[in-house]
Amino acid sequence: MTSPAAPSSFPSGLPSSPGAHVRAVHDDFHGDLLEVSMGPHHPSTHGVFRMIVTLDGERIVRLKPVFGYLHRNHEKLGEQTTYLASMPYTDRLDYLNSMTNNWAYAIAVEKLAGQAVPERAEYVRVILAELTRLLNHTCLAGFLLQDTGCSGTPLMYAFREREKILDLFESLSGSRMMCNFQRFGGCRLDPTPEWLAAVRQLVDGYGRFLDEFEALISGNEIVMARTQGTGVLTPALAISAGVTGPMLRATGVDYDLRKVDGYGVYPRFEFRVPLGAHGDTYDRYMIRILEMRESIQILRQALRDLPAGPILDPKAKNRGFRPKPGEAYGRIEGPKGEIGFYLISDGSPNPFRYRVRPPSFVNLTILEDMCLGQTVADAVIILGSIDIVLGEVDR
Amino acid sequence: MLGTGLLQGLAVTAKNLVGSFHDPERYVTMEYPEVKTKLPENYRNFPFLVHDDPKDPLGSLRCVACTICETECPPQCIYIVMDRDEKGKALKRPKVFDIDISVCMSCQICVEVCPFDAIKMDQHYEIAETNRFQGLLLSREQLSKSNAYYHQLHPTEAAAVDALLAEQKAKQAAAKAAKAAPAAKPPAPAAPAANPPPPPAPSAEAPKPPTPPAP
Ligand code: SF4
Ligand code: SF4
Repeated sequence: MTSPAAPSSFPSGLPSSPGAHVRAVHDDFHGDLLEVSMGPHHPSTHGVFRMIVTLDGERIVRLKPVFGYLHRNHEKLGEQTTYLASMPYTDRLDYLNSMTNNWAYAIAVEKLAGQAVPERAEYVRVILAELTRLLNHTCLAGFLLQDTGCSGTPLMYAFREREKILDLFESLSGSRMMCNFQRFGGCRLDPTPEWLAAVRQLVDGYGRFLDEFEALISGNEIVMARTQGTGVLTPALAISAGVTGPMLRATGVDYDLRKVDGYGVYPRFEFRVPLGAHGDTYDRYMIRILEMRESIQILRQALRDLPAGPILDPKAKNRGFRPKPGEAYGRIEGPKGEIGFYLISDGSPNPFRYRVRPPSFVNLTILEDMCLGQTVADAVIILGSIDIVLGEVDR
Repeated sequence: MLGTGLLQGLAVTAKNLVGSFHDPERYVTMEYPEVKTKLPENYRNFPFLVHDDPKDPLGSLRCVACTICETECPPQCIYIVMDRDEKGKALKRPKVFDIDISVCMSCQICVEVCPFDAIKMDQHYEIAETNRFQGLLLSREQLSKSNAYYHQLHPTEAAAVDALLAEQKAKQAAAKAAKAAPAAKPPAPAAPAANPPPPPAPSAEAPKPPTPPAP
């Protein structure tokens, strides 16, 4: 692949000329290596993400992720605005899961201010978080299979179900994706009985959808050949890189903040934490399907036990809120992993420091380790199985 | 046997294909410009200002230009200037009230913080504009919408707001009457102000008829 002029104009080891997207380099040990820039405008990168992949034939020998194309100063904005005004901005981090982002931020502020949350609000939060988990994992399954080349069908089936959850969010909070629903000390609105009935109906039908989806694809020989043994992640590496969420559990490490921290009212529910055995792409797909089944169990219990009462602590202060100086870190198990917010207050209406711990970003850091030795087509599905949202990676 | 997974999957697609002709669960697409979804009552996109008197949309705005929403709006897309008379006395109404809805992120925080129920969320979503710079900068003339329109969009919420406002008004009228009563009743023309229970008492300071209750 070496163009005739390449060796003299670009000796190996020197950085590529600006603007050159593909260049041939020569390496004494590997023969000719080819450097390919995938993205930022590539549909398989789930947004604007760029991978500079160095190939030996079809195998990946180096992978350099480049991100920041969607950077919009989220953390600095959080320090310039009031505590309440940051709430709608957290919707825009991981725009599939605005409800859990809201919750994590609310928990951090509630810790900072020592604010209690009424019981009904805790249950509603669990219901919304589990619906979000269903939504996120359904999307992921669709996208991942789209990446493997099952063009269209699984994605459309998944989106059909996702649409139902988005409709629920819309009729509750007013917006499909930018819900802006949680407040410090509870939730913004009280769900109506009709809304709860609609959730019940969705939860009852969801198991059937999962059965159908699994019949469609989980046993498909081509999908299995394509994903089993691809992108294996070892538990030791996952732990040392700080990977959390389904990615970590697919390697067999039993770590779920809903059990470990037991925040909110999660200890009252009975559910299992599914674990993988191989840490490959297929396990990462299956773990999400299994987690959805557990979410359905949690939703059933939460809907059954939902108590009456206020939804927002009447003493809670949202506008003109000034917590006393201190610091707090609030974290929850988001659908993608541990989403946390770290806040330092100096007693003013704005946080002194506002920091996000985004699960997609931390999980993305081991992309190269999983891709080495695999083919380019595998890199696409490995990236898909990490489940990133660039709004959260770049912030 | 190799291939059973594939065949099973094809059976599912066949089921969906057939189902899409008769099962509303499986046939979910909608031909948008001809058919429109029914928006839920809570749906929000951009704010508008409520006025009470359709004949005087700018004079009867509920907004008192307190600028609370301007301060709280996260992306700072509201701009308010208080109207003043020649002596510089604040007239408690906005002279300028602009919302740049190309910046607005539909978060509804302005609605939440407004103590006068003067700003509410609209549901009009077909807002494409050809004017790039001024087209999406809405002034108070464009923002002002009637209370009836608000009732049409959010019936439950609007009824609650009307009840609350009527209650506040009654309280104010009662307080005023109580204050006025000990002072020597000057030329009180209307009904004697000593009966607080009936809420919209036609007191002297309300020349306009009170807004009609929920339809
Ligand atoms: S809309 Fe409400 S909060 Fe905003 S200036 Fe007017 S009265 Fe004040
Ligand atoms: S909806 Fe949010 S962004 Fe838009 S004007 Fe109101 S406070 Fe500002």
